Amino acid sequence: MVAKVRFTSHLVRHRPAPMIDAAGATVAEVLAAGLAGDDLLRSYVLDEQGRLRKHVTIYLDGSVITDRLRLSDPVGPQTEIYVLQALSGG
Amino acid sequence: MATLWVGSRKGLFRFDDGAASWQSAGPPQFLAEPVSAFLDDPRDGALYISLYHGHFGCKLHRSDDRGKTWVELPSPAYPKSDAPDAPALEFVWCFAAGGADEPGVIWAGTLPGGVFKSTDRGQTWVLNEALWNVPGRDKWFGAGYDHPGVHSICVDPRDSRHIVIAVSIGGVWITRDGGDSWVIGGYGLRNEYMPPDQAQTPELQDVHLMAACVSDPDRMWAQHHNGIFVSDDGGMNCRESLNVKPSNFGFAVAPHPTDRNRAWFAPAKKDEYRVPVDGRLVVTETRDGGVTFASHSSGLPQVEAYDLIYRHALVIDRTGQRLAMGSTTGGLWVSDDQGATWQLLSAHLPPIACLTFAP
Repeated sequence: MVAKVRFTSHLVRHRPAPMIDAAGATVAEVLAAGLAGDDLLRSYVLDEQGRLRKHVTIYLDGSVITDRLRLSDPVGPQTEIYVLQALSGG
Repeated sequence: MATLWVGSRKGLFRFDDGAASWQSAGPPQFLAEPVSAFLDDPRDGALYISLYHGHFGCKLHRSDDRGKTWVELPSPAYPKSDAPDAPALEFVWCFAAGGADEPGVIWAGTLPGGVFKSTDRGQTWVLNEALWNVPGRDKWFGAGYDHPGVHSICVDPRDSRHIVIAVSIGGVWITRDGGDSWVIGGYGLRNEYMPPDQAQTPELQDVHLMAACVSDPDRMWAQHHNGIFVSDDGGMNCRESLNVKPSNFGFAVAPHPTDRNRAWFAPAKKDEYRVPVDGRLVVTETRDGGVTFASHSSGLPQVEAYDLIYRHALVIDRTGQRLAMGSTTGGLWVSDDQGATWQLLSAHLPPIACLTFAP
């Protein structure tokens, strides 16, 4: 599966974060492929344990992902992933 | 020209001492980002800053041209674990430069309570496992945060392998082998809010800031949650200063760099209030090793002031002549006469977390 990953402009303010096309069967795999080579950008989305940051949210084809610890939510064809800041934590 | 760095809730400000007065260098760098720690490394002039992004985690940056440009660094990372509650960096609470004989060594105190070391000017960080696993740390707990944190790292200028740290809440810890092993210190500290039989347990002490006299590092000062304490043996043993007016509560202490008996404090009404006593902001000073204290108010607000001074926001320069103080309500003052009188630089800054005089 190849997914499109878009990042909130709030994140782009800190790091270059262009839209990414990346392959993977889960959100974790897509992000691992899409963020490979940019550990700093990865650290804005995930903590060092690979968990989604507490005040970051990921939408998968219009729904919030359910597995924030391992990001195991499955990715389908034509999937769009949005990474954005949560309303909490600002 | 002197420079004062101001780490605030909304970025890093700089004030310069021109011919006649202090001037703001203009809008802050990292506008809108909370600064949690700052270091102006006296060995090579590099600047290190920790930003505590609300959404995206704690991020570090270094400048090699005195703040003109910055490069982002990897943040300290706790060892990988599959446990759902595995630790992750919340923020860096303090930096410390290694000794003059350790170019490139930077220490970082973190929350949750860790000490990280970099040997390459912040390009990589390693958790000090000896402290992370030290017997007794199961007693540590958070104070104002969910987890305990390391806010004070004092590297002995005589011996870079001798380091004293302080933890809220976790007491005073001392290494003499560069962090390979740690022993508890802070005997004599007293934590009033603990159960009576636990009040003097060293691992349960809530030191707000620990700092040393530069020329005589055996003389250390602790602004503790419930008092001011003095040490003559590098923090191993401490004695309490009694009858400190207007209050013995506070967060900050600024020791004189060469006079072991002098130090300045920023008292507040304890501890459920945390505002100036009677609405009068003052700085207290001892000249006799913590036996007596004088109170300085000239130039400071004396009516309905609600300024609280955080632990890293009362500092003294290397000459021991000039002090600076910043408050939670955005007040910034400088004293050019050892605290006797104060000049207001701004009353409208964001909440101030940390101040640093350029060395």
